[in-house]
Amino acid sequence: MATRRDFIKITGLGVAGLTVGGVGTYQLLKGASLWDSATIGDVERVPTYCEVCFWKCAGWTYKDKEGKIMKVVGHEDDPHCDGRLCPRGTGGIGMYYDTDRLTTPLIRVMENGKQTYRKASWDEALGLIAENMKAMAEKYGPESMALFNHGSSGDHFERLFRAYGSGTIAAPSYAQCRGPREAGFKATFGATIGSPEPTDIRDTRCLVLIGSHIGENMHNGQVQEMSDAIDRGADIITVDPRFSTAASKSKYWLPIKPATDLALLLAWIHVIIEEGLYDKDYVEQYTTGFERLKNHVRRMTPEWAYGITTIDPETIRQTARLMGSAAPAVIVHPGRHVTWYGDDTQRSRAIAILNALLGSWGRRGGFFLKEKASLPNYPYPANPTPKWDWKATLRGRYPLADEAVTNALVDASLPGGEGQEQMIHGWIVTGTNLPQSMPEKPRLQKAIDSLDFIAVVDTMPMEITGYADVVLPECTYFERYDDLRAAPHREPSIALRMPAVEPLGESKPAWWMCKQLGERLGLSAFYPYEDYSEVLDWQLKQVGSSLEEMKHLGVKRWPRKSADLYFKEGEAVTFNTPSGKIELYASELESAGFDPLPNYTAHPEPPEGFYRLIYGRAPMHTFSRTANNPNLSDLMKENDLWMNPKVAQIWGIENGQKVWMRNQDGAYSSFPIKVRVTERIRWDCVYMVHGFGQTREALTRAFGKGASDSEMITTVMIDPIMGGQGMRGNFVTFSIEEPKQVQSL
Amino acid sequence: MRYAMAIDTKKCVGCSDCVVACQIENNVPLGYCRDWVTETVSGSYPNLDLELRSERCNHCDNAPCVRCCPTGASHIVEGGVVLVDGFKCIGCGACIESCPYDARYSHPDGYVDKCTFCIHRVRKGLQPACVSVCPTKCMYFGDLDDPSSEISELLQNRKWKVLAPEAGTKPQVYYLI
Ligand code: SF4
Ligand code: SF4
Ligand code: SF4
Repeated sequence: MATRRDFIKITGLGVAGLTVGGVGTYQLLKGASLWDSATIGDVERVPTYCEVCFWKCAGWTYKDKEGKIMKVVGHEDDPHCDGRLCPRGTGGIGMYYDTDRLTTPLIRVMENGKQTYRKASWDEALGLIAENMKAMAEKYGPESMALFNHGSSGDHFERLFRAYGSGTIAAPSYAQCRGPREAGFKATFGATIGSPEPTDIRDTRCLVLIGSHIGENMHNGQVQEMSDAIDRGADIITVDPRFSTAASKSKYWLPIKPATDLALLLAWIHVIIEEGLYDKDYVEQYTTGFERLKNHVRRMTPEWAYGITTIDPETIRQTARLMGSAAPAVIVHPGRHVTWYGDDTQRSRAIAILNALLGSWGRRGGFFLKEKASLPNYPYPANPTPKWDWKATLRGRYPLADEAVTNALVDASLPGGEGQEQMIHGWIVTGTNLPQSMPEKPRLQKAIDSLDFIAVVDTMPMEITGYADVVLPECTYFERYDDLRAAPHREPSIALRMPAVEPLGESKPAWWMCKQLGERLGLSAFYPYEDYSEVLDWQLKQVGSSLEEMKHLGVKRWPRKSADLYFKEGEAVTFNTPSGKIELYASELESAGFDPLPNYTAHPEPPEGFYRLIYGRAPMHTFSRTANNPNLSDLMKENDLWMNPKVAQIWGIENGQKVWMRNQDGAYSSFPIKVRVTERIRWDCVYMVHGFGQTREALTRAFGKGASDSEMITTVMIDPIMGGQGMRGNFVTFSIEEPKQVQSL
Repeated sequence: MRYAMAIDTKKCVGCSDCVVACQIENNVPLGYCRDWVTETVSGSYPNLDLELRSERCNHCDNAPCVRCCPTGASHIVEGGVVLVDGFKCIGCGACIESCPYDARYSHPDGYVDKCTFCIHRVRKGLQPACVSVCPTKCMYFGDLDDPSSEISELLQNRKWKVLAPEAGTKPQVYYLI
């Protein structure tokens, strides 16, 4: 079907002219090491913080005598990484050396009746975006221009949008990832979890992981602290239908039937209350609703949960007792990617309740009280007040959404219907590959097709760039300044990112693009600087440092201003909830018309011959962002499909054999995936790592390697409380032959 | 002095940071590696065991690769570290055949290469690249002749094993189990 905006393959466009070789092209003496002649101190190092994932570890970029980037290592003084980057961070230099990078702006044009991209000058590309933004503001108001952002470059665009008059801004890290846990914990403790998580893993005695695969998800600080905890003899309990790496390090592995976690959590609450394992003083002093909770779970016995979860009652009791005996140094981990079944806020509530009963919030070995370095804002002029912002796109839904809901922005970009008019007419997308970071691709495509204009900013020709009218090539984090990192942790700290080298080709930093756009939009007053380093220097001087100092330090830490990392014994604490207490019974949920106490609901089961699709992370990759990274694809080129031997036998599938997947809605995978026959998974589900199966030929290393889980996620279960898109209600079956009619969804 | 490495399988998560750090540090061409991670699953669902191991040259005390090298390119330096002199190496591959651990590879530039225990870093008082980067801090490098070194203490206090002891090569990479 011809659409107004054809998807264009970027192959061969804008990727030519890279002058650097790939990694490993240093010409050295035979057998010589890179470091034989160059020792630390001889070479130059400049500070940065990693952009390969949201953990934002601080590090040093090392350069050789010719000024080429050699390696990046963790900053020894950084609370996020303690001197050690994860594999993705270490291999992050591959982002810079990737020969498939975007290096010139591109504009969509018609050529011989076909849509294609042509290289454009920055002036032209920026002019076109500014022109469209102006037209949009006149025609529908600036609010109708939406920003989808992720990562550091998104912050620059967010400021541009606010100055332009739009607050229609969303990141997929909320409704496609951690949103439900934030809503669930907020309704209970009056505080969200945030990033990095304030889990005091290093001092815990018992760590409970529910579908959270620390060690495969390489959230650096957590992985390091889990290892420290193992050293100190902490017990780990892992609930996962798959024998994850974490499960292999656990005292208890509970191979739960997928989609039934809430029943297990309720049974744990039951045992902890019935056996008096809860922290009575803590519950008495800090919480409200205990009696109602107690009545609520009275019948939710381990025997009841057994029938649902397949976890035997004795194991449920033993694990509950283990938590009780470790309390308050116990963490029932809130997880990170928790948009699973549409009742995820309620599951997160149950997790929050458990932590409250065990008294772990605000306690050593539980959750610490984080503190963030406060940096004054640069004195920009006041932003105009938009007539409406992302909240209006909720259209009365998702009352507890605390952050913008990406899917609501997509909905609001669709042409009117059911009395709803199209609210959004233009997009800018920065640093997020929406077709992979969001499910329901057909809906996304429809929304994009309804727009007047879309521009995409990225370092790589990711799939989303193929939908753009204008593509702006961003330089990598090794080539730019960004905002100072000031994330909350045990101690407040800041970290500087500065360019180690000049941007490659014509790629540019996001701050530069925004300044240019701002000036073209008549917003020069918001950009009174030549270089973003001036903003950083100003901010740093307000806190007694300077850019000069930070170039040498990289990371600066301060002592805490607030008293303690934990509550003091018996300390009076007011929680930011309606009652000022930890709400076991959530009044906020009740007044919004939801269950004030979590209930288990059964979710759809796989039809016969189908298996529930579960997905997760590999330690070497971050989403689809790293799939083409030369260093990281060298570690892991493709994903595989984990399958229990019993299932493989039924299908006559051998280990390593390639199969195509088809889901319950008839969607086929674009590419086949290798089957990994393994005892490490239950027989009612299959598992794969997210981020593979790239359909862009321009990603020469990643194209066609493995399969994409996102293609199989065509049914979502929306969380009515906060708008999260539950993605684990999709079921796949296998096709050994290449399907004739590949339905491209 | 006897340099050795101990790797705690109870902590290793198989992330391969050790692999990529080595590749970058030692300019190992993409597609090759001096260290690698293995995964061994035993048992059947749901009674399973998983062992993840970061493997590399064992810098054997009784190294067949050195004995069989016709040019003397494979040699031993301080601390028992086994090295290959790329200039002397003619790429015959005898050592590759003799190593029971498959620890050596043919470098595309025509010589044999393998783990050096990052002796260039160790000589400067640094840890090998893999050890220094490992996010779980599960790798320990040090001198076994010094009874008070961290590695000596670990080997005294923890259960450990070496790979293919039956080959008689006296490997010096120890796995804490
Ligand atoms: S956890 Fe790894 S990828 Fe994420 S910021 Fe840290 S080093 Fe980078
Ligand atoms: S870096 Fe450490 S945790 Fe990761 S695979 Fe290597 S030894 Fe294991
Ligand atoms: S592991 Fe192989 S290459 Fe290394 S010293 Fe022993 S025999 Fe030689």
